[in-house]
Amino acid sequence: MKPQLQNEQEKVLNPTVVMEGKRGKRADGPWKIACKKIIRDKASMVGFVLLFLFLCLFLLAPVLPLQNPVEVNLAKRLQPIGTPGNMLGTDHLGRDMLSRLIWGGRVSVVIGFIAVGIALVFGTILGLVAGYFQRFFDTVIMRFMDILMAFPYVLLAIAIIAALGPGLLNTMIAVSIVGIPYYARIVRSSTLMYRNMEFVLAQRALGAGHWHIIVRHIFPNCLPPLIVAASLDVGWMILAASGMSFLGLGAQPPLAEWGVMLSEGQKYIRVAPHESLLPGLAIFLVVLSLNLVGDGLRDALDPKSK
Amino acid sequence: MASYILRRIWGLIPVLIGVTILVFMIMHLSPGDPAKIMLGPKATTESIAKLNAELGLDQPLYVQYFTWISNVLTGDWGRSLQLKMEVLPLVADRFGATLLLTLCSILIATAIGIGSGIISAYRKFSWTDRSLMLFVLVGFCLPVFWLGIILQIVFGLKLQLFPISGMYSPGQTGLMDLFLHLVLPSLALSAGAGAVIARMTRSSMLEVFEQDYIRTARSKGINERRVIYIHALKNAFIPVLTVLGMQIGFLLAGAVLVEMVFAWPGIGTLMVNGILARDFPLVQGVILFVATTYVIVNLIVDILYAILDPRISYQ
Repeated sequence: MKPQLQNEQEKVLNPTVVMEGKRGKRADGPWKIACKKIIRDKASMVGFVLLFLFLCLFLLAPVLPLQNPVEVNLAKRLQPIGTPGNMLGTDHLGRDMLSRLIWGGRVSVVIGFIAVGIALVFGTILGLVAGYFQRFFDTVIMRFMDILMAFPYVLLAIAIIAALGPGLLNTMIAVSIVGIPYYARIVRSSTLMYRNMEFVLAQRALGAGHWHIIVRHIFPNCLPPLIVAASLDVGWMILAASGMSFLGLGAQPPLAEWGVMLSEGQKYIRVAPHESLLPGLAIFLVVLSLNLVGDGLRDALDPKSK
Repeated sequence: MASYILRRIWGLIPVLIGVTILVFMIMHLSPGDPAKIMLGPKATTESIAKLNAELGLDQPLYVQYFTWISNVLTGDWGRSLQLKMEVLPLVADRFGATLLLTLCSILIATAIGIGSGIISAYRKFSWTDRSLMLFVLVGFCLPVFWLGIILQIVFGLKLQLFPISGMYSPGQTGLMDLFLHLVLPSLALSAGAGAVIARMTRSSMLEVFEQDYIRTARSKGINERRVIYIHALKNAFIPVLTVLGMQIGFLLAGAVLVEMVFAWPGIGTLMVNGILARDFPLVQGVILFVATTYVIVNLIVDILYAILDPRISYQ
C-alpha cells in the first residue's frame, strides 16, 4: 500500500488524526477557544486588568503602608484631596480616605464573592434536584423559587434583613438568598436539557447511580452558563450590599465599608464632597470591571449571545 | 382572550398566598422573641406577655397566620408601633409619593432608553453607537444612591437649579414646586432602568432590521422614519415591554435608596425607619403592599404582552 493511501485510510478510521493539524497538534477544546476569544476582546481584557489591580490592592492592604482606617484624628478632619500625608483627603472624623477606601474594598468584594458563592451552591443543588428528579421535587422547589421571585430583589433583601436584624453578616445572607432562585432556574433548565441526552441515558444503562450522573455528567455541563451568571452577579451583589449599608441596614460604623462611607459622607456634601464621591467611584469602577469581565465571558462561553 | 386573562389571574392566587406566608414569616423568622425585640432590652416579663397577647403571638403559628390574613383582607393591617397609626392608610398615603417617583422614572427611562436604543441600532458599530453603549454601560454600573449624590452636588449645590431634598419647599404645595423637587430623584432612579431598556431596544431593533419585511418596506420607497417607527419599532417593542415590566419592580425597590438620598417621603423611608425601629407591623405592611403591587404590575404586563403580540398563544 502506498504511504499516502495508508495515511488517508488512517484518517478515515481514526478521526482524531484529522483533528490534528500539520504540526501534529490537537484541535483546541471549548475552554481554550473561550480563553482565546476573551483575550481578543479588548473591553473584557480592560475589565480583567482593572479587576486584577483592584484585587491585588485589596489583598495587599495589610502589608501596604496605610494609616489605620478607623483611627480618629479630629485635628485633620475633612482635609481635601491632595493633602500631604493624606493623598485622598480625610473624612469628617479625620480618618484617612485612601486607607478606608482600600480596607472598605476588601469588605465589599469579600461580601460580593461570598454572597455569590452561597447563592451559587444552594441554587445549583436545588436546580439539579428539581431538574433531574422532577415531579414532587420540581414542583415544590420551583414554586418556592417563584414566590421568592415575586418580590423585587432589593425589597426581598430588605425584608430578610428586617427579619434577621441589620448587620453585615445578615446583609450577606439576605443578598445570597435573593440570588438563589436565579441560579436554581439556570441550572434546572440546563439539567432538564441534559437529563435525556444520550450520554446520560448511556450512564443509566451502565447502572450509574443518580448522584454519580448528576455530579459527574450533568453538573459539568451546567458550568458555562453558571460562570457567566456568577461573574455578572458579583457586581450586583456588591451594589446591593453597599446599598443596604448605605441605608443603615448592612455594615455599621466605624467599619470601613463603601456603603457606610457614602452614607456618612452624604451629610458633608456641602463642605467635603470627596467624602461621598470617592467611595461611590470605587463601587462604580469595581462593578464596571466585573461587568466587562462578565460580558466577555458571556460572549466567549455562550455562542447564542453574539 | 378573556379566558386567558382569567387563567392568568387564577394562576396568580397561589403566588399571592405564598407572598403573604413569606411576609407573615418575616416577623417569626427573627431570632428571639419578637415582643421582646419590639419592647427593647428593658422590657419586663409582664409587658412582653401583654404585647404577645395583644399581637396574638401566644397563639399557634397557623392560627396567627389565618387571623392576620383575614385581618389583611378586611383592611386591618395592624398598627405601627412607632408612629401609633393604622398601617394601611399610612402605607397607602406614602405610596402615592413613591408611585409618582417611580412613574416619572419609568417615563424618563423609557424615553431615553428607547431613543438611544433606536439610534444605536440604526447607526450600528459607528462612533455614535459605541458612545451611546458606553453611556449605557456606565448607567448600568452606577450605584443609584451615588448618582443621586452627584446630581445633588452638581445640579443642586453648584448650579442651584433644583432643590436637593424633600417633596415640597416649606409652606409650598404648588405643582411647579413638586416638579422641581421631582427632577433629580427621578433622573437618579431612571439611569439603571434606562440602560437596560436601551440595551434591549438596540438588540431587538438590530434583529428586526435584518427581517425581510423591513427590506421590502425600504424597497417600496417608504420614508425611512416610517420604516423605523412604524414597521420596525412596533415589532421590536415586544421584548422591550417585558424588560420594562421587570424594571418596574426594580424601580419600586430602587426607590427605597433614592428616597433616602433625597429625603423623599415615600414608602422607602417609611420602611427603613420601620426596620431600624423594629416596627414589625409597619415593615410587614410595606413589604406586602409593594410585593402585591409588583405581582399585579407583572400580570398587567403579561396581558399587555398578549394583546400586543398576536403570535402568543392564549392556550
